[in-house]
Amino acid sequence: MTGLVYYSSGSGNTARMIDRLGLPALRIPISPADPMPVPPAPYVLICPTYSDGEGRGAVPKQVIRFLNDASARSLMRGVIGAGNRNFGTYFGHAGPVIAAKCGVPCLYRFELAGTETDIAQIRSGLATFWRDPCLTAS
Amino acid sequence: MNMQSPLRAAPRAVNWNRLQDDKDLEIWNRLTSNFWLPEKVPLSNDIQSWATLRPMEQQLTIRVFTGLTLLDTIQNTVGAPALMQDAVTPHEEAVLTNIAFMEAVHARSYSSIFSTLCSTAEVDEAFRWSEDNPHLAAKSRLILDEYAAGANPLKRKVASVFLESFLFYSGFYLPMYWSSRAKLTNTADLIRLIIRDEAVHGYYIGYKFQRALERVSQAERDEAKDFAFSLIFDLYAIEERYTAELYDEVGLTEDVKSFLHYNANKALMNLGFEPLFPEQTAQVNPAILAALSPDSENHDFFSGSGSSYVIGKAVATTDDDWDF
Repeated sequence: MTGLVYYSSGSGNTARMIDRLGLPALRIPISPADPMPVPPAPYVLICPTYSDGEGRGAVPKQVIRFLNDASARSLMRGVIGAGNRNFGTYFGHAGPVIAAKCGVPCLYRFELAGTETDIAQIRSGLATFWRDPCLTAS
Repeated sequence: MNMQSPLRAAPRAVNWNRLQDDKDLEIWNRLTSNFWLPEKVPLSNDIQSWATLRPMEQQLTIRVFTGLTLLDTIQNTVGAPALMQDAVTPHEEAVLTNIAFMEAVHARSYSSIFSTLCSTAEVDEAFRWSEDNPHLAAKSRLILDEYAAGANPLKRKVASVFLESFLFYSGFYLPMYWSSRAKLTNTADLIRLIIRDEAVHGYYIGYKFQRALERVSQAERDEAKDFAFSLIFDLYAIEERYTAELYDEVGLTEDVKSFLHYNANKALMNLGFEPLFPEQTAQVNPAILAALSPDSENHDFFSGSGSSYVIGKAVATTDDDWDF
């Protein structure tokens, strides 16, 4: 069985999405003093976006630290970006940035804590993805 | 001479190298790097496009922008300053001064649009309209009551998030609609800058609301939540009438209302709450969503809307610490 890794800052939006998804997930800590999770199996990363108006700084520092560990990075199979459409072109920009840096697909994006539709899409999308990951590598 | 201590302690020098809340610096950096002025947007390129709007559409647009000007003015002169007295860190106060000033920039921007596109008489008429409009007065009153001295700090934050993340959107709809029809596209670019700023403001004040909730009793938490849902309900009732008055003539009222539901739900998310409006009533016209976030529709693998996923365009990131 494969899982999720996520980051959520004090606003708690991504954490609320993870709660409602009800799937096993490891949390990347907010504080650099806390230990990083060690994923035991392939996972999909869910990451909120912090870009400025030019798309810079999209990925939180703690997520960068997590991905700097080659063994953690090598197990990532895809990424889901969270954000807000108010940021225009850079809505959910952490998704495509991580996808490009790490060579994994950006699977989905949602706003803030997500809607019921987002939850249904992510649940069924992940189920298909883990059943047949090759579908996404065409 | 009365030397009693003032109501507020004298300020201490703010030390940005000693943070009590990292979010303050994160938001300060985001807001300052997003700083802009209306002069950077070439509004005069919209003069020809403006001339293609019918007189009734021009009047609607000017009125919508005077309504937005009023909200920005309230947030600039009353809302953000009122939140300062509740700040729990000196850095939060500094961020609120930035928010206050950017609201002044937003309010000033609408006048830049007016002076570029409209006659003085048309603009004066619209400002008179905004001063006499009962719906604008009603929503201002609901918000200003919560900003008043002596009001509850939690409720003040709720009101502020609803102004930033909900009340603007009956107005923001129209420039997004024009932009989706390839009209007033430079004006839409300017409005998108405002929309981006308001998202950070609503997010930050909502974040501070959630931190403040953690410090009070369960009973107070419940009361704040009841208050939030009752205020958004009351504001929505006003917005429904305001929307109908503005948009009935152009046949867009129902489309605007879906956009209001969608944004009301997002405003509640900023406060950490669940949505009020069922998702099927909050489905925004895809043309409006595309105008909000142009060129961002190609990563959606799970929903199957794209023919294939994109492994990210090669976008420059300047994060120095991506060292792999």
